[in-house]
Amino acid sequence: MDVRKTYKLFVNGEFVRSESGRAYRPDGSVNVPRGSRKDLRDAVRAARTAFPAWAARTAMNRGQILYRAAEMLDSRGAQFIGLLGGGAKARREVDQAVETLVWYAGWTDKLPQIAGTVNPVAGPYFNFTLPEPTGVVGIVAPGEPALAGMVRRLAAALCGGNVVVALAPESRPLPALTLAEVFATSDFPAGVVNVLSGQRRELLPWLAAHMDVNAIDVAGCTLDEVKAAEAAAADNVKRVIKVTADEASPYLITAFMEMKTVWHPIGM
Amino acid sequence: MCPSQPNCAERRRIIPVVATALSLTHLGSLMRGVRSVDEVGADERAASLAKRSIKKASKLWALDLAVRCMDLTTLEGSDTPGKVTALCAKGIRPKPGDATIPSVAAICVYPARVADAVAHLSGSNVRVASVATAFPSGQSFPSIKIAETEEAVRAGAHEIDMVIDRGAFLSGDYQRVYDEVVAVKEACGTAHLKVILETGELGTYDAVRRASILAMAAGADFIKTSTGKVQPAATLPVSLVMMEAIRDFVRETGRPVGFKAAGGIRTSKQAIAYLVVLYETLGSGWMTPDLFRLGASTLLNDVLMQIDKERTGVYQSGDYFTID
Amino acid sequence: MAITKKQSAELAKQVFEYAPAPEAIDHIRIQPSYGHFIGGRMVEPHSKKRFPTINPATEKKLAEVSEGDAVDVDRAVKSAGRAFDSWSRLSPSHRARYLFRISRLIQERARELAVVETMDGGKPIKESRDVDIPLSAAHFFYYAGWADKLEWAFPNRKPRPLGVAGQVIPWNFPLLMLSWKIAPALAAGNTVVLKPAETTPLSAMVFAEICMQAELPPGVVNIVTGAGKTGSLVVEHPGVKKVAFTGSTEVGKLIQRALAGTGKKLTLELGGKAANIVFEDAPLDQAVEGIVNGIYFNQGHVCCAGSRLLVQESIAEPLMEKLKRRLSTLRLGDPLDKNTDIGAINSRAQLEKIQGLVASGVDEGAELYQPECRIPERGFWFPPTLFTNVSQSYRIAREEIFGPVLSVLTFRTPAEAVEKANNTPYGLSAGVWTDKGSRILWMAQRLRAGVVWANTFNRFDPTSPFGGYKESGFGREGGIHGLAAYLDLN
Repeated sequence: MDVRKTYKLFVNGEFVRSESGRAYRPDGSVNVPRGSRKDLRDAVRAARTAFPAWAARTAMNRGQILYRAAEMLDSRGAQFIGLLGGGAKARREVDQAVETLVWYAGWTDKLPQIAGTVNPVAGPYFNFTLPEPTGVVGIVAPGEPALAGMVRRLAAALCGGNVVVALAPESRPLPALTLAEVFATSDFPAGVVNVLSGQRRELLPWLAAHMDVNAIDVAGCTLDEVKAAEAAAADNVKRVIKVTADEASPYLITAFMEMKTVWHPIGM
Repeated sequence: MCPSQPNCAERRRIIPVVATALSLTHLGSLMRGVRSVDEVGADERAASLAKRSIKKASKLWALDLAVRCMDLTTLEGSDTPGKVTALCAKGIRPKPGDATIPSVAAICVYPARVADAVAHLSGSNVRVASVATAFPSGQSFPSIKIAETEEAVRAGAHEIDMVIDRGAFLSGDYQRVYDEVVAVKEACGTAHLKVILETGELGTYDAVRRASILAMAAGADFIKTSTGKVQPAATLPVSLVMMEAIRDFVRETGRPVGFKAAGGIRTSKQAIAYLVVLYETLGSGWMTPDLFRLGASTLLNDVLMQIDKERTGVYQSGDYFTID
Repeated sequence: MAITKKQSAELAKQVFEYAPAPEAIDHIRIQPSYGHFIGGRMVEPHSKKRFPTINPATEKKLAEVSEGDAVDVDRAVKSAGRAFDSWSRLSPSHRARYLFRISRLIQERARELAVVETMDGGKPIKESRDVDIPLSAAHFFYYAGWADKLEWAFPNRKPRPLGVAGQVIPWNFPLLMLSWKIAPALAAGNTVVLKPAETTPLSAMVFAEICMQAELPPGVVNIVTGAGKTGSLVVEHPGVKKVAFTGSTEVGKLIQRALAGTGKKLTLELGGKAANIVFEDAPLDQAVEGIVNGIYFNQGHVCCAGSRLLVQESIAEPLMEKLKRRLSTLRLGDPLDKNTDIGAINSRAQLEKIQGLVASGVDEGAELYQPECRIPERGFWFPPTLFTNVSQSYRIAREEIFGPVLSVLTFRTPAEAVEKANNTPYGLSAGVWTDKGSRILWMAQRLRAGVVWANTFNRFDPTSPFGGYKESGFGREGGIHGLAAYLDLN
């Protein structure tokens, strides 16, 4: 007889039930927590708290942790293939997800070298520009591909030193919730990655309007949802990132980043 | 003034220095405690002040002041009694026949020529300044420097322009520099002491500021940029840095110290730029020969030409101004 | 005879007073009335409505400009749309040459532009002459060179222009903001519809002449004048694919909201409340200059102005003394006078806003300091102002004043300085003054601001990216990053 798993939200490094006590059954059988706006509030608070230390980690350390996530994902490959329905397609998707983590793991300590610049200003100043994480990023991952899509969006944001609050795809939340277990065992500090399941129409407006969220990735949103999220995002001039889910590029890392330019005189 | 401010590092250190001669360790900490200068910022401030546009009445006033504050200088191996005589005549009456042009502040000569200058300037309000202390290098024995100062004063010099020992300063022997200034000041008696830092040899504005504080703490009546024998000589930013040091010194001690720019100042435009920096850094109170001097050998005629240009509205020719 | 003692004493009594040194304006030709610049020529406004633009230093009308309505904006966008086809396909090196040409023309007409800028906006001629106009020319020169090198800028990408860019700019640096917007847009192969601020449209009208002089293909640059309504017509026009706005955070939010769901690419450069942080080991005299330049440059009408001075408590007193003394040397008055440091406030509305916030500072308990200065009878003026005893919670410490008003706060440790500096919804710029290299980098790393000036302030350069964190906006202008904002890199 199986010992069944209770699926939980992943908030501040802990697996918790929704404070609302609610659940829903996206596939008709498994209970999945139906996260509330208060769960979202808690997740954002945890993320904000975790942000400075995560952003201050060395690029190499962030790379190693992302790589560790690839290792953890790969080692649980069979489990994810099962969650994705088995077969060659599911296997490919898991491979892709692992590959994405490895790829972004290698970017952490290279990105500033291609996205940063030394600017030859017309005067006795040393002037350089470096990318810095924008802060707390809300991610609305697409339902398809349920694992690889989430991994691509998360990896790009985390690579640059951001912290994330991700909404699992409403109809297929299990790969995302299980992915949280991968992050939980990959040396990410508590609060850096938070994953919430639940109804998007309930959570998205709160996420998009939250004044302590710096950016929102709407890759998994419908056009109407994008429009509503963009309008709400204006409340605190959130960055809204709109890309298709299957892209991987350093420009997707910088999409979650700010460019900081520093000037200093050159004198004796 | 900030009598109640306990955390003003320079202040705590300067006051005892002025009061008594200090030990080496105290002086070292005084020098290390002198606030730094950002070179680019100082250059930019000076450059922006140099862009002030001084026109018409203000220009005439500035040019008149430039004459009144001028130390008309000859410091050549070839200086003779005749050369000094001519210079004195020019200094007393820069433009023969024009009584509205004031006399210069002083005639500045080598010690051996002091007597010549005194002979020709007696009865005028033009003072005699003498360089001293193994000018321009300062590389001689302390006793010689003292003796040279005493001789110059005895010969009638009202003002002594000494040089600091840059070798000692750059090697960190601040005590030697300090002691020498104190000793020369004593040797001056009632004569005014201008201390030449020779900023062109100090390397950085930080060092200029340190040397300024050191010289003032040791008793300088004036601090002066340069001998004119080293390039670069006076520059606007280096003068700004020295004036800022004076401003801080006055704030700490209440004793006003004068400033003299010397070396390379040849045009009216340059002279006016110095006056603007003076005005906007130390204020109107410093715009007097008692606290400001311009050391120059060829500036005077350009100033006279510019005055005539302003008065007549016509550009002038050198043929109408005496070369002395 | 030497000058008499009496004469000498009389002269010595006088104080140095700078005589008026007005910039010549006899070479300036301002037309009584301007239309819109659409399709390569000046056209009559459809609206038939015009409004005056005045000199804020004299309150005298300089000219009348057109108020763009929906038809005017539509004509401009369509003109830009038509021009886009050929402009985006034009040989990149030819695009570059047009931009170089514009840069040169700005240099050639530099003094005229400086005078117009000063008359229309109130900024001191020394700033328009030495900062605004040279930087405008430099901006075009810099981006001109990128036009035929886009593939080198973004390896592994095929950079493509976006289409028609709708650009709305503020009144604080009219020509410079125009240049920040138009130069990268054109270099990337876009065409533009630009709406200058309603109080400062004249340098844009001269720029329209420059476009004609440069024989820029018709429709590549279109300029429609008007107020906020015209601006919203520009950014909301469906033919516009890219929107760039510089202005207040309030309006920026409205634009972001209005563009929701449209798919338009947006960059915003909004307000700020920058901390200028002075440590006890700072080069104090240069720090004073940096503080003055930080907040009194352009009457404080600067989004990145260092409006909050954070001073380490141990040097607060001597620094304040130096600063107050320095304030007394600032020369307020005729913006056309070459010695003027503080010009006129840009408009009556802005003056009233400043007055209101300053009154709130006094009410909340801050201590006001203003040096003695003569305020001209006509025009809009506000003296350089400094508030001490300011708490972090006061409106003057939190809200963007956009005027020559400095709020002084103190801190004890670097960590406290960072905490206070970052304690704002804005994040455009910050200043750090210290002699310690490692502390500069430590601070620079922690300040949540797009530009950090260490031991300097308010420096700008076309190669140097500029833009904010948080509610100060998103996207960068300047440098290679400014180019990316006008390209499709997918």
